[in-house]
Amino acid sequence: MDAILLQILNGLDKGSAYALIALGLTLIFGTLGVVNFAHGALFMIGAFCAVTLQRILNLSFETVDPEKTDFLGAPLKVKTPYVEAWFGPEMGGAIIDWAVPLAILFAIPIMIGVGYVMERGLIKHFYKRPHADQILVTFGLAIVLQEVIKYFYGANPIQTPAPDALNGVVNLGAVIGMDIVYPVWRVVYFFFSVLIIGGIFSFLQFTTFGMVVRAGMADRETVGLLGINIDRRFTIMFGIAAAVAGLAGVMYTPISSPNYHMGMDFLVLSFVVVVVGGMGSLPGAVLAGFMLGVLESFASMNEIKSIIPGIDQIIIYVVAIIILLTRPRGLMGRKGVMED
Amino acid sequence: MFGLEKRDTSMLIIVAVLTMFAPFILNPFPEGSALAQFNAGYPDLMQRFVIFGIFAIGFNILFGLTGYLSFGHAAFLGVGSYSAVWMFKLLSMNVVPAIILSVIVAGLFSLLIGFVSLRRSGIYFSILTLAFAQMSFNLAYSVLTPITNGETGLQLTLNDPRVLGASATADGSIPVTNLFGLEMRSTFELALGPWNFQFNAGYYLCAFILLAAFYLTIHIFRSPFGMMLRAVKSNQQRMNYTGLNSKPYTLAAFVISGMYAGLAGGLMASMDPLAGAERMQWTASGEVVLMTILGGAGTLIGPVLGAGFIKYFENIFSKINDGVLHSWFSFLPDGMENAMVTLIHPFVGKGWHLTLGILFMLVVIFLPGGLVEGGQRIAAWIKRKRAGDDAPAGKTEPAE
Repeated sequence: MDAILLQILNGLDKGSAYALIALGLTLIFGTLGVVNFAHGALFMIGAFCAVTLQRILNLSFETVDPEKTDFLGAPLKVKTPYVEAWFGPEMGGAIIDWAVPLAILFAIPIMIGVGYVMERGLIKHFYKRPHADQILVTFGLAIVLQEVIKYFYGANPIQTPAPDALNGVVNLGAVIGMDIVYPVWRVVYFFFSVLIIGGIFSFLQFTTFGMVVRAGMADRETVGLLGINIDRRFTIMFGIAAAVAGLAGVMYTPISSPNYHMGMDFLVLSFVVVVVGGMGSLPGAVLAGFMLGVLESFASMNEIKSIIPGIDQIIIYVVAIIILLTRPRGLMGRKGVMED
Repeated sequence: MFGLEKRDTSMLIIVAVLTMFAPFILNPFPEGSALAQFNAGYPDLMQRFVIFGIFAIGFNILFGLTGYLSFGHAAFLGVGSYSAVWMFKLLSMNVVPAIILSVIVAGLFSLLIGFVSLRRSGIYFSILTLAFAQMSFNLAYSVLTPITNGETGLQLTLNDPRVLGASATADGSIPVTNLFGLEMRSTFELALGPWNFQFNAGYYLCAFILLAAFYLTIHIFRSPFGMMLRAVKSNQQRMNYTGLNSKPYTLAAFVISGMYAGLAGGLMASMDPLAGAERMQWTASGEVVLMTILGGAGTLIGPVLGAGFIKYFENIFSKINDGVLHSWFSFLPDGMENAMVTLIHPFVGKGWHLTLGILFMLVVIFLPGGLVEGGQRIAAWIKRKRAGDDAPAGKTEPAE
């Protein structure tokens, strides 16, 4: 029982990253009808926003401490980060410690900006071109973005730890009298993604802007004829989708140290998630993300691996193939969207 | 000639001349000169040119003619490599059975994947092929380790049970791949003054196979079958409405292109008898897509050009380091020299992927027809300019 609960937790946790990326992809596809292969790169840029903020906060100046000497007998040089000098050692230390959560605030404007520039500068010109062209140009863009990041940050993974307070483990089972020890940060990640997903859905459901966007997703032309500048709103939605991918990346950094090709690693999986959920369906993307995450973690249990060896490596693809062949629209795909 | 139209014959002859004289063409700079690093006429690289040329030609039969964008073609290349290496381990070091087996295995494998994937089209087809290829890649890394030797890659060892031929040579080393006794690695070197031309047996085997593959492709392009595939690309729905089942045609195209990929994989293993799972990864499939698009999808010669272009830059561009850049710009004043080097530095050496990505984006945006379309546009522009020059030339005589 413990093991099963633990696997469900693992799965929800993995699934929350899939769901966030797939949600962004679906937002872009559902509004603009563009298949964005550069979405993994956006996830990666988000992760590197956290790295950048960490580096900025750690910018320091050197002072000579006259009372201490180093092992050569020369006066010891002490590095003090500017933040500590400005806010005092305690406050400053705390700010540096909380770099990753703070990077959320830092990443949102950057990601919206990146998304806006991408849409206006490149993707705008590809609405009328075939899907294959969209895939190809965004694939090229993904290569360029990842190489730029590699140029500035190097090819090695960069450690970005979570705040000390959230770095340990917690016994989630204590309440129900069971023993389920789980890393705190992963729990945080899960709730964070639920928050973001809830935020996006309520934004689309309960605001006028969201209503217009939903109307535009259903019939872009008619909304345009009603005198609403739908293109502008869709551009903003692209920015928001980029921000969602970026935030997923920011929060993912303590789980696995970011490197320049992490986006490509996630891209394939998130496309599979989108297709399983149904192209253009937001609830479908979220559902498929969590479902595939849970399935994947169950498949990696030793009991199951001993029955079907290797199943943990391929389960996602097997599910995707079965769904694609039996339910052409995916789990919750809308009628008439990409049905061929 | 050869049952081809005049234009196609001349194209075939161009490719034949290019491949046969490649050791000369790719080695234009004398040894030891400053430009010698641009020479690509060494066997290893030339083999890669033609092998990836075959791979791209095959991919183009599927993507260029039918418009089905497969993101999993590297799987067939990988399967081909594995089967060729197994043939070397079990049967003999002769490359012929290895290549034949790799083509057959890749063909069967692509028949299976194609049969399932082709039930959908568009983006779904791309995702399905991607899923299958990633599945094969993951399995090759994990469960199939007894067959694929996992992360290390499949290699020849000294105690392979080779039925025809010995497990090891007399002096106790692993035997080398050969074609009825002609060793693939044997190279004839021709020194002409400062030039040193290398003629490698393996390269010429690959080149002849490339020619055969190219010849076959021309026939496919010009046949009624090729016409049918083009019809699938332009409007599959209308084809179906006329009562025609297009599935057998697309499946045949898929299998043919899978067999080309298997052939490329078999040749790769014949030149260097090892096979690793990373050959099947989806980024490897992405590379052949890049080659085909860059050269010109749907054209005959485009994929070969694209493959040569990318492999050339991968090997030559990535060798340019800061020292080389400094020596190029040494004629400039110091400040400008350093500025130029800093400016170019991110794009060469380790950063050549950046150049490739930018180039690829530019091609997709501005030249959807690839290098071939670029060439045609330049040719048309020159023609127009010449015509333009001629026209005023008639008017130069003043009337008065």
